[in-house]
Amino acid sequence: MAEQVQVSGQSKGKLHKQWKTDLVGLAFIAPWLIGFLCFIIGPMIASLYFSFTNYDLLTEPTWIGLGNYIQMFTNDVRFIQALKVTLIFVFVSVPLKLAFALFVAMLFNTKRKGVGIYRTLYYIPSILGGSVAIAVVWKQLFGRDGAINDILSVFGIPSISWVTSPDFALSTLILLVVWQFGSPMLIFLAGLKAIPTELYEAAAVDGANPFHQFFKITLPMLSSVIFFNLVMQTIQGFMTFTQSFLITQGGPMDKTLFYAVYLYEKAFGHFDMGYASALAWVLLIICAIFTAFIFRSAGSWVHYESEGGK
Amino acid sequence: MKRRKNIKTVIYHGSIWIIGLLMIYPIFWTIASSLKPENEIFRNSASLIPSIFKWENYAQGWQGFGGLSFSTFFLNSGFVTTMVVIGTLFSSALVAFGFARVKFRFRTPLFVCMIITLMLPSQVTLIPQYILFHNLGWVNTYMPLIVPAFIGGTPFFIFLMIQFIRGIPHELDEAAYMDGCSTFGIFWRVILPLTTPALATVAIFSFYWTWDDFMTPLIYLNDTKLYTVALGLQMFSDPSSVSAWGPMFAMSVASILPQLLIFMFFQKYLVEGITAGGVKG
Repeated sequence: MAEQVQVSGQSKGKLHKQWKTDLVGLAFIAPWLIGFLCFIIGPMIASLYFSFTNYDLLTEPTWIGLGNYIQMFTNDVRFIQALKVTLIFVFVSVPLKLAFALFVAMLFNTKRKGVGIYRTLYYIPSILGGSVAIAVVWKQLFGRDGAINDILSVFGIPSISWVTSPDFALSTLILLVVWQFGSPMLIFLAGLKAIPTELYEAAAVDGANPFHQFFKITLPMLSSVIFFNLVMQTIQGFMTFTQSFLITQGGPMDKTLFYAVYLYEKAFGHFDMGYASALAWVLLIICAIFTAFIFRSAGSWVHYESEGGK
Repeated sequence: MKRRKNIKTVIYHGSIWIIGLLMIYPIFWTIASSLKPENEIFRNSASLIPSIFKWENYAQGWQGFGGLSFSTFFLNSGFVTTMVVIGTLFSSALVAFGFARVKFRFRTPLFVCMIITLMLPSQVTLIPQYILFHNLGWVNTYMPLIVPAFIGGTPFFIFLMIQFIRGIPHELDEAAYMDGCSTFGIFWRVILPLTTPALATVAIFSFYWTWDDFMTPLIYLNDTKLYTVALGLQMFSDPSSVSAWGPMFAMSVASILPQLLIFMFFQKYLVEGITAGGVKG
Protein backbone atom coordinates (compact mmCIF):
# COMPACT_ATOMS: atom_id res chain seq x y z
CA MET A 1 0.00 0.00 0.00
CA ALA A 2 0.93 3.64 -0.41
CA GLU A 3 1.54 3.92 3.32
CA GLN A 4 4.93 2.26 2.90
CA VAL A 5 6.44 5.14 0.87
CA GLN A 6 9.30 6.92 2.64
CA VAL A 7 8.77 10.54 3.59
CA SER A 8 11.51 13.16 3.24
CA GLY A 9 11.20 16.90 3.74
CA GLN A 10 8.39 18.88 5.31
CA SER A 11 6.38 20.04 2.28
CA LYS A 12 6.78 16.78 0.46
CA GLY A 13 5.55 15.06 3.58
CA LYS A 14 2.48 17.25 3.67
CA LEU A 15 1.77 16.65 0.00
CA HIS A 16 2.28 12.97 0.51
CA LYS A 17 -0.10 13.05 3.44
CA GLN A 18 -2.85 14.66 1.36
CA TRP A 19 -2.35 12.03 -1.31
CA LYS A 20 -2.64 9.35 1.30
CA THR A 21 -5.84 10.87 2.66
CA ASP A 22 -7.22 11.09 -0.88
CA LEU A 23 -6.53 7.42 -1.43
CA VAL A 24 -8.04 6.41 1.89
CA GLY A 25 -11.11 8.55 1.24
CA LEU A 26 -11.59 7.19 -2.25
CA ALA A 27 -11.15 3.66 -0.95
CA PHE A 28 -13.99 4.21 1.52
CA ILE A 29 -16.37 5.74 -0.98
CA ALA A 30 -15.27 3.34 -3.75
CA PRO A 31 -18.44 1.21 -3.64
CA TRP A 32 -20.63 4.24 -4.21
CA LEU A 33 -18.24 5.81 -6.71
CA ILE A 34 -18.19 2.67 -8.84
CA GLY A 35 -21.94 2.47 -8.67
CA PHE A 36 -22.30 6.14 -9.49
CA LEU A 37 -20.10 5.89 -12.58
CA CYS A 38 -21.34 2.52 -13.85
CA PHE A 39 -24.99 2.59 -12.89
CA ILE A 40 -25.89 6.29 -12.88
CA ILE A 41 -23.62 8.45 -15.02
CA GLY A 42 -22.85 5.79 -17.64
CA PRO A 43 -26.48 4.76 -18.08
CA MET A 44 -27.62 8.38 -18.17
CA ILE A 45 -25.26 9.18 -21.03
CA ALA A 46 -26.28 5.97 -22.76
CA SER A 47 -29.97 6.75 -22.35
CA LEU A 48 -29.48 10.25 -23.72
CA TYR A 49 -27.88 8.66 -26.77
CA PHE A 50 -30.63 6.04 -27.12
CA SER A 51 -33.26 8.75 -26.93
CA PHE A 52 -32.03 9.97 -30.32
CA THR A 53 -32.26 6.52 -31.86
CA ASN A 54 -34.55 3.74 -32.85
CA TYR A 55 -33.55 0.78 -30.74
CA ASP A 56 -35.34 -2.52 -30.18
CA LEU A 57 -32.60 -4.27 -28.17
CA LEU A 58 -32.00 -6.88 -30.90
CA THR A 59 -30.64 -4.82 -33.76
CA GLU A 60 -28.13 -1.97 -33.50
CA PRO A 61 -29.60 1.44 -32.62
CA THR A 62 -30.20 3.70 -35.62
CA TRP A 63 -29.81 7.47 -35.26
CA ILE A 64 -33.02 9.41 -35.89
CA GLY A 65 -32.08 12.72 -34.30
CA LEU A 66 -34.96 14.42 -32.57
CA GLY A 67 -37.44 11.99 -34.11
CA ASN A 68 -38.61 10.49 -30.81
CA TYR A 69 -39.12 13.86 -29.20
CA ILE A 70 -40.97 15.26 -32.20
CA GLN A 71 -43.18 12.19 -32.31
CA MET A 72 -43.90 12.56 -28.61
CA PHE A 73 -45.06 16.15 -28.67
CA THR A 74 -46.79 16.22 -32.02
CA ASN A 75 -48.12 12.78 -32.71
CA ASP A 76 -48.60 10.83 -29.50
CA VAL A 77 -51.90 11.39 -27.74
CA ARG A 78 -51.10 8.73 -25.15
CA PHE A 79 -47.95 10.62 -24.10
CA ILE A 80 -50.01 13.78 -23.61
CA GLN A 81 -52.60 11.75 -21.71
CA ALA A 82 -49.90 10.18 -19.49
CA LEU A 83 -48.46 13.60 -18.78
CA LYS A 84 -51.89 14.99 -17.94
CA VAL A 85 -52.82 12.08 -15.67
CA THR A 86 -49.50 12.24 -13.83
CA LEU A 87 -49.68 16.00 -13.34
CA ILE A 88 -53.23 15.79 -11.99
CA PHE A 89 -52.15 12.94 -9.75
CA VAL A 90 -49.17 14.87 -8.37
CA PHE A 91 -51.06 18.14 -7.96
CA VAL A 92 -53.92 16.49 -6.11
CA SER A 93 -52.24 13.73 -4.14
CA VAL A 94 -49.17 15.57 -2.84
CA PRO A 95 -50.99 18.56 -1.25
CA LEU A 96 -53.71 16.26 0.13
CA LYS A 97 -51.17 13.88 1.59
CA LEU A 98 -49.11 16.65 3.16
CA ALA A 99 -52.16 18.46 4.52
CA PHE A 100 -53.46 15.30 6.09
CA ALA A 101 -50.02 14.40 7.43
CA LEU A 102 -49.68 17.83 9.02
CA PHE A 103 -53.17 17.70 10.48
CA VAL A 104 -52.58 14.34 12.10
CA ALA A 105 -49.11 15.33 13.26
CA MET A 106 -50.62 18.35 15.01
CA LEU A 107 -53.16 16.10 16.71
CA PHE A 108 -50.31 13.92 17.94
CA ASN A 109 -48.13 16.77 19.11
CA THR A 110 -49.42 16.58 22.65
CA LYS A 111 -48.38 15.12 25.95
CA ARG A 112 -51.60 13.13 26.27
CA LYS A 113 -51.45 9.42 27.00
CA GLY A 114 -51.76 6.88 24.21
CA VAL A 115 -50.17 8.97 21.47
CA GLY A 116 -47.49 6.31 20.98
CA ILE A 117 -50.13 3.72 20.13
CA TYR A 118 -51.97 6.12 17.82
CA ARG A 119 -48.78 6.89 15.95
CA THR A 120 -48.27 3.18 15.36
CA LEU A 121 -51.85 2.71 14.23
CA TYR A 122 -51.67 5.59 11.76
CA TYR A 123 -48.34 4.48 10.41
CA ILE A 124 -49.36 0.91 9.55
CA PRO A 125 -50.94 1.82 6.17
CA SER A 126 -47.65 3.39 5.13
CA ILE A 127 -45.76 0.22 5.97
CA LEU A 128 -48.07 -2.00 3.95
CA GLY A 129 -49.68 0.35 1.45
CA GLY A 130 -47.02 0.11 -1.24
CA SER A 131 -47.15 -3.68 -1.39
CA VAL A 132 -48.62 -5.82 -4.12
CA ALA A 133 -50.93 -7.33 -1.51
CA ILE A 134 -52.62 -4.02 -0.74
CA ALA A 135 -52.84 -3.12 -4.42
CA VAL A 136 -54.56 -6.42 -5.08
CA VAL A 137 -56.89 -5.89 -2.12
CA TRP A 138 -57.65 -2.28 -3.07
CA LYS A 139 -58.96 -3.48 -6.37
CA GLN A 140 -61.44 -5.75 -4.63
CA LEU A 141 -62.25 -3.26 -1.87
CA PHE A 142 -63.33 -0.71 -4.48
CA GLY A 143 -64.73 -3.29 -6.87
CA ARG A 144 -68.42 -3.56 -7.66
CA ASP A 145 -69.01 -6.13 -4.92
CA GLY A 146 -66.41 -4.69 -2.59
CA ALA A 147 -66.76 -3.47 0.96
CA ILE A 148 -66.89 0.21 0.01
CA ASN A 149 -70.07 -0.23 -2.00
CA ASP A 150 -71.47 -2.37 0.79
CA ILE A 151 -70.93 0.48 3.24
CA LEU A 152 -72.18 3.15 0.83
CA SER A 153 -75.35 1.20 0.10
CA VAL A 154 -76.34 1.80 3.73
CA PHE A 155 -76.58 5.48 2.79
CA GLY A 156 -78.47 4.62 -0.36
CA ILE A 157 -75.60 5.32 -2.73
CA PRO A 158 -75.81 3.02 -5.76
CA SER A 159 -73.00 0.52 -6.36
CA ILE A 160 -70.48 1.29 -9.03
CA SER A 161 -67.19 -0.29 -9.85
CA TRP A 162 -64.85 2.45 -8.68
CA VAL A 163 -61.66 1.04 -10.16
CA THR A 164 -63.08 0.53 -13.64
CA SER A 165 -65.08 3.74 -13.80
CA PRO A 166 -63.44 6.41 -15.98
CA ASP A 167 -64.64 9.07 -13.56
CA PHE A 168 -63.40 7.55 -10.33
CA ALA A 169 -60.46 5.26 -11.13
CA LEU A 170 -57.86 7.99 -10.66
CA SER A 171 -59.46 9.16 -7.42
CA THR A 172 -59.29 5.61 -6.10
CA LEU A 173 -55.55 5.55 -6.74
CA ILE A 174 -55.09 9.00 -5.21
CA LEU A 175 -56.91 7.79 -2.12
CA LEU A 176 -54.56 4.81 -1.86
CA VAL A 177 -51.52 7.06 -2.02
CA VAL A 178 -52.86 9.69 0.37
CA TRP A 179 -53.69 6.87 2.80
CA GLN A 180 -49.95 6.30 3.14
CA PHE A 181 -49.21 9.64 4.72
CA GLY A 182 -47.18 8.10 7.56
CA SER A 183 -43.67 9.17 6.64
CA PRO A 184 -44.39 12.88 6.12
CA MET A 185 -46.52 12.72 9.28
CA LEU A 186 -43.57 11.46 11.34
CA ILE A 187 -41.30 14.10 9.84
CA PHE A 188 -43.86 16.83 10.62
CA LEU A 189 -44.24 15.50 14.13
CA ALA A 190 -40.50 15.72 14.75
CA GLY A 191 -40.56 19.23 13.28
CA LEU A 192 -43.45 20.28 15.52
CA LYS A 193 -41.67 18.94 18.60
CA ALA A 194 -38.70 21.16 17.76
CA ILE A 195 -40.77 24.36 17.91
CA PRO A 196 -40.16 26.03 21.29
CA THR A 197 -43.39 26.16 23.30
CA GLU A 198 -42.46 29.65 24.54
CA LEU A 199 -43.39 30.97 21.11
CA TYR A 200 -46.97 29.79 21.51
CA GLU A 201 -47.13 30.98 25.10
CA ALA A 202 -45.90 34.43 24.13
CA ALA A 203 -48.37 34.56 21.25
CA ALA A 204 -51.21 33.48 23.51
CA VAL A 205 -50.32 36.25 25.96
CA ASP A 206 -50.45 38.71 23.09
CA GLY A 207 -53.93 37.44 22.30
CA ALA A 208 -53.25 35.38 19.17
CA ASN A 209 -55.95 32.78 18.54
CA PRO A 210 -55.06 29.21 17.44
CA PHE A 211 -55.74 30.19 13.85
CA HIS A 212 -53.17 32.98 14.01
CA GLN A 213 -50.73 30.77 15.87
CA PHE A 214 -50.95 28.19 13.12
CA PHE A 215 -50.25 30.66 10.32
CA LYS A 216 -47.78 32.89 12.13
CA ILE A 217 -45.80 30.31 14.13
CA THR A 218 -46.41 26.71 13.11
CA LEU A 219 -46.23 27.09 9.33
CA PRO A 220 -43.16 29.38 9.22
CA MET A 221 -41.33 27.25 11.80
CA LEU A 222 -42.13 24.10 9.85
CA SER A 223 -41.30 25.55 6.45
CA SER A 224 -38.00 23.71 6.00
CA VAL A 225 -39.72 20.43 6.86
CA ILE A 226 -42.59 21.20 4.50
CA PHE A 227 -40.02 21.96 1.85
CA PHE A 228 -38.27 18.61 2.32
CA ASN A 229 -41.56 16.70 2.24
CA LEU A 230 -42.76 18.60 -0.79
CA VAL A 231 -39.64 17.83 -2.84
CA MET A 232 -39.57 14.17 -1.87
CA GLN A 233 -43.29 13.54 -2.34
CA THR A 234 -43.39 15.35 -5.69
CA ILE A 235 -40.58 13.25 -7.10
CA GLN A 236 -42.15 10.10 -5.70
CA GLY A 237 -45.47 11.12 -7.23
CA PHE A 238 -43.97 11.39 -10.70
CA MET A 239 -42.47 7.92 -10.32
CA THR A 240 -45.63 6.14 -9.12
CA PHE A 241 -45.96 2.84 -10.91
CA THR A 242 -47.09 -0.19 -8.91
CA GLN A 243 -50.54 1.06 -7.95
CA SER A 244 -51.64 1.97 -11.43
CA PHE A 245 -49.97 -1.04 -13.02
CA LEU A 246 -51.63 -3.51 -10.67
CA ILE A 247 -54.99 -1.94 -9.94
CA THR A 248 -56.11 -0.32 -13.16
CA GLN A 249 -53.44 -1.25 -15.72
CA GLY A 250 -53.54 2.36 -16.82
CA GLY A 251 -57.18 2.05 -17.74
CA PRO A 252 -60.06 2.59 -18.10
CA MET A 253 -59.52 4.47 -21.37
CA ASP A 254 -56.06 5.55 -20.24
CA LYS A 255 -57.61 7.55 -17.41
CA THR A 256 -54.93 6.30 -15.02
CA LEU A 257 -52.10 5.97 -17.50
CA PHE A 258 -49.29 7.12 -15.24
CA TYR A 259 -46.11 8.28 -16.87
CA ALA A 260 -44.11 5.40 -15.39
CA VAL A 261 -46.67 2.90 -16.65
CA TYR A 262 -46.54 4.31 -20.17
CA LEU A 263 -42.75 4.24 -20.08
CA TYR A 264 -42.79 0.63 -18.91
CA GLU A 265 -45.23 -0.30 -21.65
CA LYS A 266 -43.05 1.28 -24.34
CA ALA A 267 -39.82 -0.22 -23.00
CA PHE A 268 -40.81 -3.69 -21.92
CA GLY A 269 -44.06 -4.23 -23.78
CA HIS A 270 -43.01 -2.98 -27.22
CA PHE A 271 -39.23 -3.01 -26.65
CA ASP A 272 -39.11 0.47 -28.10
CA MET A 273 -36.04 1.39 -26.05
CA GLY A 274 -35.23 4.55 -27.98
CA TYR A 275 -38.66 6.06 -27.47
CA ALA A 276 -38.77 4.95 -23.83
CA SER A 277 -35.37 6.59 -23.23
CA ALA A 278 -36.72 9.81 -24.66
CA LEU A 279 -39.71 9.50 -22.32
CA ALA A 280 -37.32 9.00 -19.41
CA TRP A 281 -35.41 12.15 -20.30
CA VAL A 282 -38.57 14.20 -20.57
CA LEU A 283 -39.53 12.90 -17.12
CA LEU A 284 -36.14 13.88 -15.77
CA ILE A 285 -36.49 17.37 -17.19
CA ILE A 286 -40.00 17.76 -15.75
CA CYS A 287 -38.80 16.59 -12.32
CA ALA A 288 -35.83 18.94 -12.54
CA ILE A 289 -38.08 21.89 -13.42
CA PHE A 290 -40.40 21.14 -10.52
CA THR A 291 -37.54 20.68 -8.08
CA ALA A 292 -35.84 23.84 -9.29
CA PHE A 293 -39.12 25.71 -8.98
CA ILE A 294 -39.63 24.50 -5.40
CA PHE A 295 -36.01 25.31 -4.55
CA ARG A 296 -36.19 28.78 -6.09
CA SER A 297 -39.45 29.66 -4.46
CA ALA A 298 -38.03 28.33 -1.18
CA GLY A 299 -36.20 31.60 -0.63
CA SER A 300 -39.48 33.43 -0.16
CA TRP A 301 -41.29 31.00 2.10
CA VAL A 302 -38.76 28.69 3.76
CA HIS A 303 -37.55 30.13 7.00
CA TYR A 304 -34.36 28.85 8.60
CA GLU A 305 -33.31 29.52 12.12
CA SER A 306 -30.11 31.53 12.28
CA GLU A 307 -28.17 28.59 13.66
CA GLY A 308 -28.20 25.08 12.34
CA GLY A 309 -29.68 26.04 8.98
CA LYS A 310 -28.82 24.12 5.85
CA MET B 1 -63.45 23.27 34.74
CA LYS B 2 -62.30 19.71 35.38
CA ARG B 3 -65.37 18.42 33.63
CA ARG B 4 -64.74 20.53 30.56
CA LYS B 5 -61.22 19.14 30.37
CA ASN B 6 -62.59 15.61 30.57
CA ILE B 7 -64.99 16.23 27.73
CA LYS B 8 -62.16 17.59 25.63
CA THR B 9 -60.07 14.49 26.36
CA VAL B 10 -62.94 12.22 25.37
CA ILE B 11 -63.48 14.10 22.12
CA TYR B 12 -59.76 13.98 21.37
CA HIS B 13 -59.35 10.26 21.94
CA GLY B 14 -62.71 9.44 20.41
CA SER B 15 -62.03 11.22 17.14
CA ILE B 16 -58.54 9.77 16.87
CA TRP B 17 -59.92 6.28 17.36
CA ILE B 18 -62.63 6.81 14.76
CA ILE B 19 -60.24 8.15 12.13
CA GLY B 20 -57.70 5.47 13.08
CA LEU B 21 -60.19 2.65 12.71
CA LEU B 22 -61.31 4.00 9.34
CA MET B 23 -57.69 4.05 8.26
CA ILE B 24 -56.93 0.58 9.43
CA TYR B 25 -60.19 -0.84 8.10
CA PRO B 26 -58.81 -1.99 4.71
CA ILE B 27 -56.19 -4.05 6.53
CA PHE B 28 -58.71 -5.63 8.88
CA TRP B 29 -60.93 -6.25 5.89
CA THR B 30 -58.09 -8.10 4.15
CA ILE B 31 -57.49 -10.27 7.19
CA ALA B 32 -61.21 -10.92 7.65
CA SER B 33 -61.68 -11.79 3.97
CA SER B 34 -58.77 -14.22 4.14
CA LEU B 35 -60.70 -16.22 6.74
CA LYS B 36 -64.16 -16.06 5.19
CA PRO B 37 -65.78 -18.87 3.27
CA GLU B 38 -65.92 -18.17 -0.45
CA ASN B 39 -69.58 -17.16 -0.62
CA GLU B 40 -69.22 -14.55 2.14
CA ILE B 41 -66.36 -12.52 0.72
CA PHE B 42 -68.44 -10.44 -1.64
CA ARG B 43 -71.76 -10.72 0.15
CA ASN B 44 -72.11 -8.44 3.13
CA SER B 45 -68.63 -7.63 2.07
CA ALA B 46 -68.04 -4.88 4.60
CA SER B 47 -68.42 -7.20 7.56
CA LEU B 48 -65.25 -7.97 9.44
CA ILE B 49 -66.47 -11.13 11.13
CA PRO B 50 -66.52 -14.38 9.18
CA SER B 51 -69.38 -16.76 10.07
CA ILE B 52 -66.78 -19.52 10.39
CA PHE B 53 -63.01 -19.19 10.40
CA LYS B 54 -61.86 -20.93 7.28
CA TRP B 55 -58.17 -21.51 7.92
CA GLU B 56 -58.00 -23.83 4.92
CA ASN B 57 -57.76 -20.71 2.75
CA TYR B 58 -54.18 -20.42 3.93
CA ALA B 59 -53.30 -24.04 3.27
CA GLN B 60 -54.96 -23.86 -0.13
CA GLY B 61 -53.33 -20.57 -1.05
CA TRP B 62 -49.90 -21.76 -0.02
CA GLN B 63 -50.12 -24.43 -2.74
CA GLY B 64 -49.65 -21.58 -5.21
CA PHE B 65 -50.11 -22.28 -8.90
CA GLY B 66 -48.52 -24.30 -11.67
CA GLY B 67 -46.74 -26.60 -9.23
CA LEU B 68 -45.00 -23.70 -7.49
CA SER B 69 -45.95 -23.17 -3.89
CA PHE B 70 -45.51 -20.00 -1.90
CA SER B 71 -42.59 -21.70 -0.10
CA THR B 72 -40.58 -21.09 -3.26
CA PHE B 73 -41.55 -17.42 -3.43
CA PHE B 74 -40.86 -16.85 0.24
CA LEU B 75 -37.46 -18.53 -0.01
CA ASN B 76 -36.62 -16.44 -3.08
CA SER B 77 -37.72 -13.22 -1.43
CA GLY B 78 -35.89 -14.22 1.74
CA PHE B 79 -32.66 -14.78 -0.18
CA VAL B 80 -32.86 -11.59 -2.22
CA THR B 81 -33.82 -9.49 0.78
CA THR B 82 -31.04 -10.89 2.97
CA MET B 83 -28.43 -10.24 0.32
CA VAL B 84 -29.69 -6.72 -0.30
CA VAL B 85 -29.67 -5.92 3.41
CA ILE B 86 -26.10 -7.20 3.77
CA GLY B 87 -24.99 -5.29 0.70
CA THR B 88 -26.67 -2.10 1.82
CA LEU B 89 -25.15 -2.26 5.31
CA PHE B 90 -21.71 -2.91 3.86
CA SER B 91 -21.75 -0.14 1.28
CA SER B 92 -23.61 2.52 3.22
CA ALA B 93 -21.39 2.21 6.33
CA LEU B 94 -18.14 2.39 4.36
CA VAL B 95 -19.19 5.21 2.06
CA ALA B 96 -20.79 7.25 4.82
CA PHE B 97 -17.62 7.03 6.91
CA GLY B 98 -15.56 8.16 3.93
CA PHE B 99 -17.78 11.20 3.39
CA ALA B 100 -18.23 12.07 7.04
CA ARG B 101 -14.71 11.59 8.37
CA VAL B 102 -12.00 11.48 5.70
CA LYS B 103 -10.94 14.90 4.36
CA PHE B 104 -10.01 13.87 0.83
CA ARG B 105 -9.98 16.26 -2.11
CA PHE B 106 -13.17 16.50 -4.20
CA ARG B 107 -15.15 15.39 -1.19
CA THR B 108 -17.67 18.23 -1.46
CA PRO B 109 -18.40 17.93 -5.21
CA LEU B 110 -18.78 14.17 -4.89
CA PHE B 111 -21.08 14.63 -1.92
CA VAL B 112 -23.21 17.01 -3.96
CA CYS B 113 -23.38 14.39 -6.73
CA MET B 114 -24.68 11.91 -4.21
CA ILE B 115 -27.34 14.29 -2.93
CA ILE B 116 -28.48 14.95 -6.49
CA THR B 117 -28.85 11.23 -7.16
CA LEU B 118 -31.13 11.13 -4.11
CA MET B 119 -33.62 13.05 -6.21
CA LEU B 120 -33.05 11.29 -9.50
CA PRO B 121 -36.14 9.47 -10.78
CA SER B 122 -35.19 5.82 -11.12
CA GLN B 123 -36.91 5.58 -14.51
CA VAL B 124 -34.12 7.63 -16.07
CA THR B 125 -31.51 4.95 -15.53
CA LEU B 126 -33.90 2.02 -15.83
CA ILE B 127 -33.58 1.35 -19.55
CA PRO B 128 -29.80 1.64 -19.97
CA GLN B 129 -29.36 -0.38 -16.79
CA TYR B 130 -31.60 -3.02 -18.27
CA ILE B 131 -29.56 -3.00 -21.47
CA LEU B 132 -26.35 -3.23 -19.43
CA PHE B 133 -27.59 -6.17 -17.37
CA HIS B 134 -29.01 -7.74 -20.50
CA ASN B 135 -25.57 -7.59 -22.14
CA LEU B 136 -23.94 -8.99 -19.02
CA GLY B 137 -26.31 -11.93 -19.19
CA TRP B 138 -27.84 -11.03 -15.83
CA VAL B 139 -31.48 -10.93 -16.94
CA ASN B 140 -33.42 -13.71 -15.26
CA THR B 141 -30.93 -13.89 -12.38
CA TYR B 142 -30.90 -12.16 -9.01
CA MET B 143 -27.81 -10.14 -9.88
CA PRO B 144 -29.67 -6.97 -11.01
CA LEU B 145 -31.61 -7.03 -7.73
CA ILE B 146 -28.63 -7.64 -5.45
CA VAL B 147 -25.52 -6.06 -6.99
CA PRO B 148 -26.75 -2.42 -6.83
CA ALA B 149 -27.08 -2.76 -3.04
CA PHE B 150 -23.37 -3.54 -2.71
CA ILE B 151 -22.38 -0.43 -4.59
CA GLY B 152 -24.46 2.07 -2.70
CA GLY B 153 -27.44 1.84 -5.02
CA THR B 154 -29.71 3.66 -2.57
CA PRO B 155 -28.06 6.98 -1.67
CA PHE B 156 -30.76 7.61 0.94
CA PHE B 157 -29.08 5.08 3.23
CA ILE B 158 -25.64 6.64 2.77
CA PHE B 159 -27.16 10.01 3.56
CA LEU B 160 -28.79 8.63 6.69
CA MET B 161 -25.51 7.14 7.89
CA ILE B 162 -23.58 10.34 7.17
CA GLN B 163 -26.06 12.30 9.28
CA PHE B 164 -25.59 9.84 12.10
CA ILE B 165 -21.78 9.68 11.94
CA ARG B 166 -21.57 13.48 11.90
CA GLY B 167 -23.21 13.41 15.31
CA ILE B 168 -20.43 11.30 16.83
CA PRO B 169 -17.83 13.49 18.61
CA HIS B 170 -14.55 13.91 16.75
CA GLU B 171 -12.59 13.51 19.99
CA LEU B 172 -13.16 9.78 19.80
CA ASP B 173 -11.44 9.54 16.40
CA GLU B 174 -8.60 11.76 17.57
CA ALA B 175 -7.98 9.69 20.69
CA ALA B 176 -7.91 6.51 18.63
CA TYR B 177 -5.58 8.20 16.13
CA MET B 178 -3.19 9.17 18.95
CA ASP B 179 -3.17 5.55 20.05
CA GLY B 180 -1.89 4.65 16.60
CA CYS B 181 -5.14 3.50 15.06
CA SER B 182 -5.27 3.55 11.26
CA THR B 183 -8.20 5.19 9.47
CA PHE B 184 -9.73 1.81 8.85
CA GLY B 185 -9.14 0.97 12.51
CA ILE B 186 -11.05 4.10 13.52
CA PHE B 187 -13.88 3.07 11.23
CA TRP B 188 -13.97 -0.52 12.39
CA ARG B 189 -13.28 -0.18 16.11
CA VAL B 190 -14.61 3.26 16.99
CA ILE B 191 -17.29 4.45 14.58
CA LEU B 192 -18.92 1.24 13.42
CA PRO B 193 -19.86 0.00 16.91
CA LEU B 194 -21.38 3.40 17.68
CA THR B 195 -23.54 3.42 14.56
CA THR B 196 -25.50 0.28 15.44
CA PRO B 197 -28.81 2.14 15.86
CA ALA B 198 -28.41 3.78 12.44
CA LEU B 199 -27.41 0.46 10.91
CA ALA B 200 -30.56 -1.08 12.35
CA THR B 201 -32.62 1.66 10.71
CA VAL B 202 -30.89 1.09 7.39
CA ALA B 203 -31.39 -2.67 7.65
CA ILE B 204 -35.11 -2.29 8.34
CA PHE B 205 -35.71 0.15 5.54
CA SER B 206 -33.81 -1.86 3.00
CA PHE B 207 -35.74 -4.91 4.12
CA TYR B 208 -39.03 -3.11 3.53
CA TRP B 209 -38.18 -1.66 0.19
CA THR B 210 -36.76 -4.90 -1.13
CA TRP B 211 -39.62 -7.04 0.15
CA ASP B 212 -42.11 -4.60 -1.37
CA ASP B 213 -40.28 -3.99 -4.59
CA PHE B 214 -42.36 -4.96 -7.56
CA MET B 215 -40.95 -3.18 -10.57
CA THR B 216 -37.36 -4.48 -10.45
CA PRO B 217 -38.27 -8.17 -10.17
CA LEU B 218 -41.02 -7.63 -12.74
CA ILE B 219 -38.50 -6.38 -15.24
CA TYR B 220 -35.63 -8.75 -14.57
CA LEU B 221 -37.20 -12.07 -13.60
CA ASN B 222 -39.01 -14.11 -16.25
CA ASP B 223 -38.75 -17.59 -14.83
CA THR B 224 -41.60 -18.25 -12.39
CA LYS B 225 -39.24 -20.42 -10.30
CA LEU B 226 -37.27 -17.25 -9.49
CA TYR B 227 -40.30 -15.13 -8.60
CA THR B 228 -40.32 -13.15 -5.37
CA VAL B 229 -43.42 -13.01 -3.17
CA ALA B 230 -44.55 -9.76 -4.80
CA LEU B 231 -44.45 -11.26 -8.28
CA GLY B 232 -45.89 -14.58 -7.14
CA LEU B 233 -48.81 -12.82 -5.52
CA GLN B 234 -49.44 -10.71 -8.59
CA MET B 235 -49.52 -13.86 -10.71
CA PHE B 236 -51.71 -15.60 -8.16
CA SER B 237 -54.19 -12.72 -8.09
CA ASP B 238 -54.47 -12.39 -11.84
CA PRO B 239 -58.19 -12.08 -12.58
CA SER B 240 -58.01 -14.66 -15.33
CA SER B 241 -56.54 -17.27 -13.02
CA VAL B 242 -58.27 -16.55 -9.71
CA SER B 243 -60.76 -19.27 -9.06
CA ALA B 244 -61.03 -18.80 -5.32
CA TRP B 245 -60.80 -15.45 -3.59
CA GLY B 246 -60.27 -16.73 -0.05
CA PRO B 247 -56.81 -18.19 -0.77
CA MET B 248 -55.89 -15.04 -2.68
CA PHE B 249 -56.66 -12.90 0.38
CA ALA B 250 -54.88 -15.43 2.60
CA MET B 251 -51.69 -15.11 0.57
CA SER B 252 -52.00 -11.32 0.56
CA VAL B 253 -51.99 -11.44 4.34
CA ALA B 254 -49.09 -13.90 4.38
CA SER B 255 -47.05 -11.66 2.09
CA ILE B 256 -47.35 -8.63 4.36
CA LEU B 257 -46.90 -10.57 7.60
CA PRO B 258 -43.08 -10.28 7.69
CA GLN B 259 -43.36 -6.51 7.24
CA LEU B 260 -45.96 -6.25 9.96
CA LEU B 261 -43.90 -8.31 12.42
CA ILE B 262 -40.74 -6.32 11.82
CA PHE B 263 -42.71 -3.14 12.25
CA MET B 264 -44.09 -4.31 15.58
CA PHE B 265 -40.67 -5.16 16.96
CA PHE B 266 -38.45 -2.49 15.47
CA GLN B 267 -40.78 0.49 15.23
CA LYS B 268 -38.39 2.71 17.15
CA TYR B 269 -35.61 2.46 14.57
CA LEU B 270 -37.99 3.13 11.76
CA VAL B 271 -39.37 6.29 13.30
CA GLU B 272 -35.86 7.52 14.07
CA GLY B 273 -34.72 6.86 10.53
CA ILE B 274 -37.56 8.74 8.91
CA THR B 275 -37.21 11.75 11.16
CA ALA B 276 -33.40 11.85 10.98
CA GLY B 277 -33.52 11.86 7.20
CA GLY B 278 -36.13 14.57 7.05
CA VAL B 279 -35.50 17.01 9.82
CA LYS B 280 -31.76 17.15 10.21
CA GLY B 281 -31.36 17.25 6.44
